[in-house]
Amino acid sequence: MSTTATPPFQAFLDAERDVVWRYLASMLGAIDAEDCFQETFIAALRAYPRLTPGSDRRAWVLTIAHRKALDAHRARARRAQPVADVAALEPCGAATAGAHAPALAHDEELWRAVGALPARQRSAVVLRYVADLPHREIASAIGCSEDAARRSLHEGLTKLRKVVEV
Amino acid sequence: MSDRIAQKPDSVERALRRSQPSDDSAHAARRLQRRIAAEGLADVSYARLDSPFGPLLLAATRRGLVKLAFPEEDVDQVFARLALRVSPRIVAADGQLDPIRRELDEYFAGARRKFELTLDWTLVPPFGRRVLRAASAIPYGGVLSYTEVAAEAGSPRGSRAAGNALGANPIPIVVPCHRVLRIGGALGGYAGGLERKRFLLELEGTL
Repeated sequence: MSTTATPPFQAFLDAERDVVWRYLASMLGAIDAEDCFQETFIAALRAYPRLTPGSDRRAWVLTIAHRKALDAHRARARRAQPVADVAALEPCGAATAGAHAPALAHDEELWRAVGALPARQRSAVVLRYVADLPHREIASAIGCSEDAARRSLHEGLTKLRKVVEV
Repeated sequence: MSDRIAQKPDSVERALRRSQPSDDSAHAARRLQRRIAAEGLADVSYARLDSPFGPLLLAATRRGLVKLAFPEEDVDQVFARLALRVSPRIVAADGQLDPIRRELDEYFAGARRKFELTLDWTLVPPFGRRVLRAASAIPYGGVLSYTEVAAEAGSPRGSRAAGNALGANPIPIVVPCHRVLRIGGALGGYAGGLERKRFLLELEGTL
């Protein structure tokens, strides 16, 4: 049997759940990430048999996660909560305790700044540094050209440096 | 793929990598699996069952049990076949298969002589279905010969073909191909190994 055959959904879930979780938690904080995680994989499960064998399943599921995260952000905006609420990240960030304690204040500030970036820049930064995706896959996840992804990433990092590296 | 301009990561990049949310998606994944089970979104649910033969893999569709794999079977191949023939929406779901597991537990404990669970014959071609249905009609404690099963399946001269169909049984134990012997009582063959065939026939009091 061909090795490019679509693996069972369970294997796909086991292989991609960490990266999707890290992406959503970075974008939304752990609380909203939980629901978005469910929505992402339910949508993936529904579409799964139509997925072309051999296609890039990680980029595919991150595209879905990206759309779900944008939906959640819009829903949150409608509830008129401040965007800086992304500091709700803190409980799930490594900025919890122990070894990272000295860096805590700094990291919190950094992630608050990530949360304040425009959506595409934020996605690009998170996909690059949290999901560890190459530019090509960042582009396919957020639905833009590779150059645009590179640009968004660069602009996002530039803003973060201004905010954080004082 | 490398960046166009290779740069040393600066402190912001290092901090982004260092201070990430934890990898603990296990909790979210378990919740997801419960929801998939509750809403019946998987086309194939699977679970393991401890048995005298070691851990068995059970896979069921909405119609019923579609595959029972012995411990030495290649799980990847089992799943690949299910993905191709049934659907790749294959999800682990212990609870979904509890009624099936209970029946098998009872059978191995000698407390069940007949399975009530429903079967899904998707993995079996038409002739094989006739043969396996004929084997299913053999009662607990009884046996038939390969020739008799072939005749029951409508091809009296097809005992070799019947043997092949029995050997390809995707749902052994529950579809009791172990109750088919050579004329004269020799065990014949068994895809799961003759020792298991003997074990099952002894369990049923045939040997």
